[in-house]
Amino acid sequence: MKKLLTLALSMAFVLGYAQDYFPAHSEVKTTEQVYRAFTGATIHVDPTTVIENGTLLIYNDEIVSVGKRVQIPSNAVVTDLSGTHIYPSFIEVFSELGVEKPKRQSSAGRSAQYEPTREGFYWNDHIRSETNAIDFFTYNSNKSDDLRKAGFGVVNTHRADGIARGTSLLVALDDKGDASSRILDDRSGSYFSFSKSIQSTQSYPSSLMGAMALLRQLNHDLNWYASGNVNTKDRALEALIAQKNLPHFFEAGANGNTVRALKIGQQFGIKYHVLGSGDEYQYVRELKNFDATVIVPLNFPKAYDVSDPAYADYVSLKDMRHWYQAPSNAKILRDQDIRIAFTTKGLKSANQLKTQVALAMERGLSEADALAALTTIPAEILGKQSEIGALKQGMKANFTVTSGPIFENETTLFEHWVNGHKHLYEDRNTPDLRGEYTLNHNGQEINLNISGSIGKPKVAATRADEKLKVKSNYANYWLSVSLSDSLGQLYRATLKKEGDVLSGRFVDENGDSHPVSMVASATASKSRSKDTETLTSYALQERYPNVGHGYNEQPKAEELLFKNATVWTGTEILENTDVHIKSGKIQKVGKDLKAKSARVIDATGKHLTAGIIDEHTHIAALAINEGGHNSSAEVRMSDVVDPTDLDIYRNLAGGVTSAQLLHGSANPIGGQSAILRLKWGATADEMLFKEAPGFIKFALGENVKQSNWGSNSRFPQTRMGVEQVFTDYFTRGREYLAKKKSKQPYRIDEELETIGEILESKRFISSHSYVQSEINMLMKVAEKFDFRVNTFTHILEGYKVADKMAEHGVGGSTFSDWWAYKYEVKDAIPYNAAIMASQGVTVAINSDDAEMSRRLNQEAAKTVKYGGVSELEAWKMVTLNPAKLLHIDHKVGSIEAGKDADVVLWSGHPLSVYSKAEKTIIEGATYFDIEKDKEIQASIQQERLELTKLMLKVKASGAEVVTPIQNKKERFTCDTL
Amino acid sequence: MRSILTLCLSVALSVNAQQTPADIQKEAIAIEGATIHTGTGEVIENGLLIFENGVINYSGKADAKIVRPERVIKANGKHIYPGFIAPTKSLGLVEIDAVRATDDEDEIGEYIPHIRSIIAYNAESQVVESLRQNGILLGQITPQGGTISGSSSVVQFDAWNWEDAAVKTDDGIHLRWPSTLRRGRWWVGEPRGYQPNKNYLKQWSGIIEFLEQAKAYNATPAKTTHLPYAATKGLFDGSQRLYVTADGEREIFDAVTELEKIGVKHIVIVGGYFAEKQLDLLKSKSIPVLVHNPHELPNLDDDAYDFVYGLAARLHKAGLLVGIQNASKANFQVRNLPFYAGHSVGYGISKEEALALISSNTAKILGIDDTYGSLEIGKSATLFISEGDALDMRTNQLSHAFIDGREISLETHQTELWKRYQEKYSRQD
Repeated sequence: MKKLLTLALSMAFVLGYAQDYFPAHSEVKTTEQVYRAFTGATIHVDPTTVIENGTLLIYNDEIVSVGKRVQIPSNAVVTDLSGTHIYPSFIEVFSELGVEKPKRQSSAGRSAQYEPTREGFYWNDHIRSETNAIDFFTYNSNKSDDLRKAGFGVVNTHRADGIARGTSLLVALDDKGDASSRILDDRSGSYFSFSKSIQSTQSYPSSLMGAMALLRQLNHDLNWYASGNVNTKDRALEALIAQKNLPHFFEAGANGNTVRALKIGQQFGIKYHVLGSGDEYQYVRELKNFDATVIVPLNFPKAYDVSDPAYADYVSLKDMRHWYQAPSNAKILRDQDIRIAFTTKGLKSANQLKTQVALAMERGLSEADALAALTTIPAEILGKQSEIGALKQGMKANFTVTSGPIFENETTLFEHWVNGHKHLYEDRNTPDLRGEYTLNHNGQEINLNISGSIGKPKVAATRADEKLKVKSNYANYWLSVSLSDSLGQLYRATLKKEGDVLSGRFVDENGDSHPVSMVASATASKSRSKDTETLTSYALQERYPNVGHGYNEQPKAEELLFKNATVWTGTEILENTDVHIKSGKIQKVGKDLKAKSARVIDATGKHLTAGIIDEHTHIAALAINEGGHNSSAEVRMSDVVDPTDLDIYRNLAGGVTSAQLLHGSANPIGGQSAILRLKWGATADEMLFKEAPGFIKFALGENVKQSNWGSNSRFPQTRMGVEQVFTDYFTRGREYLAKKKSKQPYRIDEELETIGEILESKRFISSHSYVQSEINMLMKVAEKFDFRVNTFTHILEGYKVADKMAEHGVGGSTFSDWWAYKYEVKDAIPYNAAIMASQGVTVAINSDDAEMSRRLNQEAAKTVKYGGVSELEAWKMVTLNPAKLLHIDHKVGSIEAGKDADVVLWSGHPLSVYSKAEKTIIEGATYFDIEKDKEIQASIQQERLELTKLMLKVKASGAEVVTPIQNKKERFTCDTL
Repeated sequence: MRSILTLCLSVALSVNAQQTPADIQKEAIAIEGATIHTGTGEVIENGLLIFENGVINYSGKADAKIVRPERVIKANGKHIYPGFIAPTKSLGLVEIDAVRATDDEDEIGEYIPHIRSIIAYNAESQVVESLRQNGILLGQITPQGGTISGSSSVVQFDAWNWEDAAVKTDDGIHLRWPSTLRRGRWWVGEPRGYQPNKNYLKQWSGIIEFLEQAKAYNATPAKTTHLPYAATKGLFDGSQRLYVTADGEREIFDAVTELEKIGVKHIVIVGGYFAEKQLDLLKSKSIPVLVHNPHELPNLDDDAYDFVYGLAARLHKAGLLVGIQNASKANFQVRNLPFYAGHSVGYGISKEEALALISSNTAKILGIDDTYGSLEIGKSATLFISEGDALDMRTNQLSHAFIDGREISLETHQTELWKRYQEKYSRQD
């Protein structure tokens, strides 16, 4: 028997697929040439074109014609599809179907691996552009069937490994064909991501900003190589050159990474189609500025099981909101006219597609948009819009035949034709039994409710108020039902539907047969649960950013008049003074000011100061250290700003208005800083301090020589080596600049570009530093290269070389009182700030700590205690002095007419432990208000309650819920790797 | 002028190059004219405080007609405070956090009450010395880590060695109550943050089982000695306190009820982030709380930004006996203890109530209030004089400090470096 089957299968194979130039061995040579006409169906030609009662004519694997009136050739097989719908097959663009997964490289040992493991390829192992998925592809019939059953006829599949991932192939899910016809394109796209390859443990890039920098450098190197400037062979770059005209796909992910990928694409003129994570609705303000297609997954988070209040408290409102908002993702993107494609990536099984799309449609996504996201848009981004994704002349005969609208729960998929081959899922001639029937027995009514799918109907039965136990089976168009009641009485029936009548034989408890004949009284109502209605009718308020403490609207600049405050201008402390703010600027400081249109704030008994500026922070970032190289001058903190970090709000509540987001201290040359204005609710780019010049983090001492962790293979391991790293880079930087200026062709090197900016004093160093020897060393290195170090941060032994610092012209940004946490801070003293200031160094007090940064006023006050700094000078150490160190003192740092209105109203003396920030204002807009904070607290509680109720309803409805978790962001300091 | 300063500085340096422990109080001392903050809520303006042989024998108004001793410190406009007390810290057990060789704070083992901090206490720690300058004169030296971390001792901060330093040896045992939540193992792909801990019940049952066996062991003389069991004796006879680290609503409830059930006499909750959810229980059983210091970030995103700022104040106002600890912070941060109290003032309590959170309340919680923690007749003269309000950093400026009447040095490794480099720069002028 088995043999016969095998034979039959191979026969079918040969019969179907003998190529015209292939010899035949098992029988006479035949060639299949068939016209097929499908008539009477509702044909969805494309998302917006529907033909009622239309005809689809195909020849072999190609569509010949589609329309209301189609000339059907006499040699066509005609199939009447009345009552059914025909849809173009869906296209999945982000699949790994059938592509063998690579093996993970086992970690070599305790020390990190810094070198690449391959020869003849790019210098970074995570650039695997030479990979061609076709080389690792085997058609998997089972997995293909899952996708095909969900409506997908064509998938684009790739090897999801590395930052550059090589090419994909486009496969038609045609079980009846072979590779020669199934593989529509063996180089259909080029894939990228921010994630490293598992085939190598090469350390770089160890961070998101490192991955971004690597992609930029890769593109520069690609251009350089393509212009023939390299006389060796790089097979990874060769591969990329060959992929230039392929569509480019980018697995970007969450937290705005789609925007990050698009920015890189924009810089190099590459059109990336970006895969998101489902939170893209939070980034529409940015995404709408790109002409891009966002590929959207449909794995919406499940409701949390909040039935245990003790655990429920740990779920943040941010996560609760995301649970509620995620199904609206597609709709919100479409409302901003952002093109979307759907992917099943992230779904447990492709068969969830329909319910997930239906969820998105319940939130207002139109059917046309949903269809487009699965058909025409994927086809367009693959550049195959003339072949797949619609039902038009000349296109592939890829379509589904369904019992009704494709995303409806009750709709059954009958057939899926791929490459002109039928894949049968449900016999469309199967009588549809669904509906309510009544059976009379012994004067009592038994109600049968038949629901479910056409092929697998579900039967429920009731008699009066009693629910009967039911067993049923539907096969060969015959339905058999056995019922039992609470007394254990058994009833059976065997039924068949002809026309509208369900008839057959009913066998009662005594075994006596009775003929029955029933007509459905109503079709089972469309199941749309009450819970779904509750969910869709709930209106979640907007929040900027989209977290618990977000504002309902982005704060706007106002005209304000502070009356009768004690004003700390930067040079003096003025009692009973007014400050007028307009258009984001300080208009006037003086007595008895008047401004008719201003909102007047009575500041009697209160103090008004400039906003605090933190020279050294690591809040609002998604990553801090790129430790994969001893220099990472090419990485930019501005690439990884996280505007949703709650620490921003907490900083505002401590009077902080600006901060320098610094790279960490994992390497001697760190990354480029982002100087931020803490505009809670703004986008990452809007937070960047536009007028600030470029800065870069350098680092010295224990961290860069990796003293406190077990790595000892990376140069440098001593302070002696650190000097040579700098000397080496500045020397090469100088040579680089010389070559650049000579107008000879040169390879753009993002790292040396940055070093060059330092040498030309266009970018400024803030160097993490502790002991006097290294402080002195860096100044000498800088002097040798004719520039000045701008700032030493931490600078705990600055007091030992304050004279030298003053002479060099470098500022010091230090902790008020930290010490004893590692050997190099053994001699750190809290008098450091006072001594440095006394020698003429510009001194700031910084935090490097998300907690301390929100009370830098107290830290400044410690300089009064330790070393007797005057109160005015102490205050400048957290305002005007850090502004000077960041070269933004022309805009902020003091209260002077003409400067930006970045001010804080304090309940009392700003240096007092008893005072609180009451209002924190940036460019005239109030970003923190202690009264408003109380309202926010109340609204958080209210919204938590409402969403908790919704989640409880979802649980009660029987839907799957998940254990509460407290998502906690990683908090960074300099040392965080 | 500059050269005179230099001279003064160098003299100061030569005198205080080493901070030698002070000699015992040989003569009676009066401090006159200062505002006395007793630590118990009382404020005596223009006060007079006299102490002899290490003990306060007068505290009252300066206009009192009583005989002054020979040595009178005129302190008009200044303030006198009881020495502040730092609980739950590994002071003197670790000198430089990153240098393992200096770290003696965490012994291996799960239930190790027999591990005693006092014998490892480094009386010459530079970190400890730096605390005195801010008014912190006593501390509870506490082993860290594990589940039952070991036994602490209370010490004073001016001693030749640990024996001299000891004020109350083996005052308590420190227990880290397990949590109903556990941290996600992000390195295996779990989210950071917390999720339910499935082993919670098993974990606390293990502790209770250990203590039950220990109690049974201590009930009759044993034939074979069991050091860990023997070390817990004081928990059941009331001579030792059990310091239980617990933050959650359920953890606090479970810890208090289960530990009471097996007969632990004095329980102190350390942490108490969610203690407000168990106020009734804690009040009815008179359980004190050594609460988180204000300078920690809120645990939950949706907590108010100032949730922790006001935590100690709120628990105090709710009627609990509250002291402030900073167990989660590096030891050097203990010098900010006064400012934790100060920061609490903005949240509904008076400055004197805030002061109690780091003086008399802590003394009561640690069981040393018969001698320390307040300025009352008959108590130890462990106190200091500050130029101004000692809870505010600008005015926390000590001129004198006494431990048991001994006038201690306020110099430190850090003041020495300060002076040394001031001298360096003064030479350049």
